[in-house]
Amino acid sequence: MDAIFLARLQFALTIAFHYLFPPMSIGLGLILVIMEGTYLRTGNELYHRMTRFWVKIFGLIFAMGVATGIVMEFQFGTNWSRYSRYVGDIFGSALAAEGIFAFFLESGFLALLLFGWNKVSKKVHFLATVLVCFGAHFSAVWIIVANSWQQTPAGFHIVKHGQAMRAELTDFWAAVFNPSTLDRLSHTLMGAWQAGAFFVLSVSAYYLLKKKHEQFARVSMKIALLVAVTASLLQLVTGHSSADGVAANQPAKLAAFEGHFDKSAPADMYLLGWVDEEKEQVSGIKIKGLLSYLVHWDTDRPITGLRAFPPEDRPPVNLVFQSYHLMITIGMGLIGLSLLGLLFWWRGKLFSSRWLLRLFVVAVLGPHLANQLGWLSAEVGRQPWIVHGMLRTSEAVSPRVSASEIWASLIMFGLVYLLLFAAFIYLLDHKIKHGPADETDAQQAGRADA
Amino acid sequence: MINLTADLNTIWFVLVGVLLTGYAILDGFDLGVGALHLLVKEDRDRRILINAIGPVWDGNEVWLVTGGGALFAAFPLVYAEIFSGFYLAFMLLLCTLIFRAVSIEFRSKQPARWWRQMWDTGFSVGSIGASLLIGVALGNIAWGIPLTPDHSYAGGFLDLLRPYPLMVGLTTVALFAMHGAIYLVMKTEGELHDRVRGWVRWTIIVFILCHVSTTLATLLFVPHMTEAFKHHPLLLAIPVLNGLAIANIPREMHHGRAFRAFLSSCASMAAMMLLFGIGMHPNMVFSNPVAEHSMTIYNASSSPRTLRIMLIIAGLGLPIVLAYTASIYWIFRGKVKLDESSY
Repeated sequence: MDAIFLARLQFALTIAFHYLFPPMSIGLGLILVIMEGTYLRTGNELYHRMTRFWVKIFGLIFAMGVATGIVMEFQFGTNWSRYSRYVGDIFGSALAAEGIFAFFLESGFLALLLFGWNKVSKKVHFLATVLVCFGAHFSAVWIIVANSWQQTPAGFHIVKHGQAMRAELTDFWAAVFNPSTLDRLSHTLMGAWQAGAFFVLSVSAYYLLKKKHEQFARVSMKIALLVAVTASLLQLVTGHSSADGVAANQPAKLAAFEGHFDKSAPADMYLLGWVDEEKEQVSGIKIKGLLSYLVHWDTDRPITGLRAFPPEDRPPVNLVFQSYHLMITIGMGLIGLSLLGLLFWWRGKLFSSRWLLRLFVVAVLGPHLANQLGWLSAEVGRQPWIVHGMLRTSEAVSPRVSASEIWASLIMFGLVYLLLFAAFIYLLDHKIKHGPADETDAQQAGRADA
Repeated sequence: MINLTADLNTIWFVLVGVLLTGYAILDGFDLGVGALHLLVKEDRDRRILINAIGPVWDGNEVWLVTGGGALFAAFPLVYAEIFSGFYLAFMLLLCTLIFRAVSIEFRSKQPARWWRQMWDTGFSVGSIGASLLIGVALGNIAWGIPLTPDHSYAGGFLDLLRPYPLMVGLTTVALFAMHGAIYLVMKTEGELHDRVRGWVRWTIIVFILCHVSTTLATLLFVPHMTEAFKHHPLLLAIPVLNGLAIANIPREMHHGRAFRAFLSSCASMAAMMLLFGIGMHPNMVFSNPVAEHSMTIYNASSSPRTLRIMLIIAGLGLPIVLAYTASIYWIFRGKVKLDESSY
């Protein structure tokens, strides 16, 4: 395997592992704000216990995010030095802004969140929770700005610097609000809310099935379900709008999403399928003209297909097709499940139908799979470019880092991350089984879920 | 006299220096606590050590992350070429930082002896390793590394392990250990407090020995680092003040004023970073043997527009960061008291 492939593999592995944690911090951060805000408003002790329990879990998740995030901050330099030289002027700025505006805020106030219960007033503690939640969202803003600039670069020009060319900023706001930033940011944030909400749903459903901490679980579940319904439904809007943006700005990627090869013809949408990349054919179940309809509101309008691009400018089709479709299938499943939950809540059966609770327990995997698959289709769909239309991935690696050096770091990350993941799951399981503190307090606190 | 009309590139040189100095001072003490961690054996004492840095360590580490981001934004060439050039060394550094971070979070979650011993070891080895590697990297940048005409690193991993950089690495470990011990004096009570005071006594001796040898080696073998001081003799006030700050540490400790000793230690670290910066300026990375290939604050920088915009961002953000960081340190001041939310 060559150094380029290994560098990509290492980036994919480390970012995929890292990305298990930030979405949960963002989503759980929002839920913590709701819980502690309710505690502050009502003074009900149950919400206090809920906040304390979920804060502890938040701390564990956050530590994993920090530990795996340091790697990401430096990996552009270590493995992608040509890229860093080429885009540092713009991309580096977004990362620096993320540090100044998001990471300091998150980690600073996390101290109060975790250890400040007896040191500051309730209001100040709540303020810390809100600021940690803001910090988590801000970090998404800046990293999405940086990544969206790779997808749809704007606000720059190419100049000669020393002996090489590079991109330099001409318009800061145009680079920040490049054509895909807002769509991708909203889509990513809703995916993060889903990850947080379905995590809380899963743990709560588990308690209800085990008949433990039931009052705690019911209230947690209701809050999480409201977040899950909101985020899942909004994904229809943000997902559609993101795909629209891809159609306008990255037509080769859109064509790969749907395996649409014809240079310019009305395009179908597949429910399932398999792409034969050699024969340039897709077999599967499709809805005729649906892609054209979704992009242009007209089933007969043509969509640019992959044959309009020379083979060296096309992304891998089947991988992108499969991950994109699986993401959509899971996303639809999450919408269905959250609406079903709402329906059962309305009919008063949410906490008693065991099959539905079991579904919620396993559904925690859904948002994570969809998030990972969504990023896979977005990033592989951008290939062969690292910056769309400007710089190829193959020209972006560190020329002096050898394949054997990357092997060494890849094996190191593989082993370390396996160990961390095992320890994380073990501790998470332990914390969940241990559950929130003091059952008796809850009984005295009265029925908050009445 | 020094030219005070600083240009944008120099301002950014200073700002990156400020971020890295913030990192050295803040993460320095929690890396130092990690280095000393295995010296106490009882679980309760180890918990006190970990909880002394518990609320602040990850905020401290953000200084490194933001310093890295600022380096990427302001001097992308340095970020790209040093990080890829020192590839294996950086991978080891990342590994140590990961272990340190998760060890702090993981250790107290399970009471089993083997579990705690495993993460205690991870925490301590990670802390020592990270301090050593950071020092070695700085030592190499000061000594100079072979660079190609387009500023790529032309050496290998083993070339980084020459005597001078290793010496700077050891000095860094000793410095952080001393700094961490002084911090612990402020955070501990009773019998543990007395033991920690003993640590300050020997770490400061080790640090002074390392520091003196490194300074002598710099004077003898790294002439470009002392060039500026020959032209501007007034700058010699800084090493003198540094010496006074270091000498003040045992004095304050003797009078039982740990906080003032800690401030002296911080001042000394700031002075050493300043000396390093003055010695390097206007170079970011010194090329040895061919000095013309050095990366400077001019040939390695981003465009003036980006430097200006980033200056606005730093100007908006950093004062707020400093304000709330100071408040958080204020809230968590005083001796460590273990409670139900502790590690």
